[in-house]
Amino acid sequence: MSGGTFLGMPAFPEASAAAVRDSQLRFNLRKATHTIRGKRAAVVGELDDWAELRAAGKAIKDETLRNLDRYLLQLEEAVTRAGGTVHWAADAAEANRIVAGLVKATGETSVVKVKSMATQEIGLNEALAAEGVAAYETDLAELIVQLGDDWPSHILVPAIHRNRAEIREIFLREMPDAPRDLADDPRALAEAARLHLRDRFLSARVAVSGANFMVAETGTLVVLESEGNGRMCLTLPETLISVVGIEKVVPTWRDLEVFLQLLPRSSTGERMNPYTSTWTGVTPGDGPREFHLVLLDNGRTSVLADEVGRQALRCIRCSACLNVCPVYERAGGHAYGSVYPGPIGAILTPQLRGLDSPLDNSLPYASTLCGACYDVCPVAIDIPSVLVDLRAKAVRAGGHRAERAGMRAARWLFSREVRLARAQRLAGRLRRFVPGRLPGPGAAWTDTRDLPPIPEESFRDWWTRTSGGAKP
Amino acid sequence: MSSRDLILSRIRAAVAGAPETEIPRAYARGGASGADLADLFAERVRDYRAAVRAVPADGVADAVAAALAARGARRLAVPAGLPEEWLAGTEAERVADEPPLTPAALDGLDGVITGCAVAIAATGTIVLDAGPGQGRRALTLVPDYHLCVVTAGQIVDGVPAALERLDPLAPLTWISGPSATSDIELNRVEGVHGPRTLEVVIAL
Repeated sequence: MSGGTFLGMPAFPEASAAAVRDSQLRFNLRKATHTIRGKRAAVVGELDDWAELRAAGKAIKDETLRNLDRYLLQLEEAVTRAGGTVHWAADAAEANRIVAGLVKATGETSVVKVKSMATQEIGLNEALAAEGVAAYETDLAELIVQLGDDWPSHILVPAIHRNRAEIREIFLREMPDAPRDLADDPRALAEAARLHLRDRFLSARVAVSGANFMVAETGTLVVLESEGNGRMCLTLPETLISVVGIEKVVPTWRDLEVFLQLLPRSSTGERMNPYTSTWTGVTPGDGPREFHLVLLDNGRTSVLADEVGRQALRCIRCSACLNVCPVYERAGGHAYGSVYPGPIGAILTPQLRGLDSPLDNSLPYASTLCGACYDVCPVAIDIPSVLVDLRAKAVRAGGHRAERAGMRAARWLFSREVRLARAQRLAGRLRRFVPGRLPGPGAAWTDTRDLPPIPEESFRDWWTRTSGGAKP
Repeated sequence: MSSRDLILSRIRAAVAGAPETEIPRAYARGGASGADLADLFAERVRDYRAAVRAVPADGVADAVAAALAARGARRLAVPAGLPEEWLAGTEAERVADEPPLTPAALDGLDGVITGCAVAIAATGTIVLDAGPGQGRRALTLVPDYHLCVVTAGQIVDGVPAALERLDPLAPLTWISGPSATSDIELNRVEGVHGPRTLEVVIAL
């Protein structure tokens, strides 16, 4: 396993072809995504002002991104004032180095972790392991993934591809303290995880987290969660290290009134998630004595530089777009080869990592452009438009040679009227020699589509001959 | 160049010339509070499978005593500043957090009783701000049973009104039902690491 980097994975078409043949995986995904879809629709339907909240969420994020330098400086000042220390990491390696250094300075050799996409993205667990520090995931799904030496396949529920029987097997194999007669009902499995982690929580000295939001004006960090593992990590240890993407900042305390409504309803389909923790620096006598905030760029500023693609930075990681996507439902999360799967992953991953690898180059095509993701996105990211824009870039990056040649030919043809007329007449004369299916690589296209029949006479010729239908 | 300066300069270059955005705030901000919202609050808390007892203001002691007896809770963490009259009906042993209880000591208790700072009707949420009668965050986290008393005046209609009443500099815990997970086949299961049982007494 290569951690958060998924190096050497095949391109999306190959990876997804294997996934759709896995009937167990398809069953697990279908069941889970359809359940969550229904829950989300019900609690979103409860709010008459959902459209207005969504518009506000989108605008707050856009305004923040436009003035990101100012808000980050404001945040740094507020966190520092409240007794925290702010670090800046330009890339994954630097962030990992900073965190490893901070952990080692405490003298500890293990940390407990709250589920965090940013630390997955930078492969922090592997980096810490290389430095002799064990990182223990405490979110139930992350624990399942970690114990199963597996990859996450969903933003919110990283083990969504596993059913209860598979989870039971992993626990029995990897958890020495799991009861031998462990049942496979979710309640018993959750109980086993509780027992497994209890002592670790109560004795942990260092925790690593991410954050859902950072408030610039107050220096407050916000973590939404369900199980209480987040509260354990944020409250009991002496040292807390939070690794957070720079786009997670919001300007004011008041702005949370929008996101604390948008996120839980879009994410778990609840009116509110069981636990939300907010903290500002350190509070004497309550919680960690030392707090470090690591602000992570790792490609975000290059996403920000793209006029079309920058809207992907509005993402609040709710995963609603995964749950409605027909491609995700069938291909599963692993095919996307990134900690960010699904529609948001298809636009975020190639922008963060670039379009150089065959996998990243194929991601903009991992979509039918149906637009369901855009409809459910609580911050109105127009994912289909970004996909189309990225496809153009993928072609320019040299991804699809045949398509590029075809487009060049089309440009030549369409740029002069006389060329088009001549080509149409030629095609009409040769039409019985044109096959219904394309040869070579083009067959993949015609396997599932009919080529349009070529008429005997073009519309232009018919119009000229009959004066627009006036003459027979 | 430091990474700080590098990131800031990349940001400035990336957004140069980008348009500013006006923020439309046409959503409902509400602002109502009080006893009229108690029914909705109780209904929404029950939706999370937490027990709710709504009683007249002078019935809190009886309700607390009944809840603790039903639970069989005999040793309770009691934060400083909790109204003494809430405990007038119970014989349960009160354990103060002075000096601070260790996580292991908290784990050995039968439960914790607190008040709260704000309660949100629309979402069935109670918010603790570590103020009087609530204690530090670990107190309501480690024990497996949390009994919370909410007074009618603390109930607000929605999230915007709650944020307005809260101090961002205080460590806040927003609690909506007992700890839960949906990580196995997206089935909700109550009771993971946080208190597995949450009980709310509403004093009207």
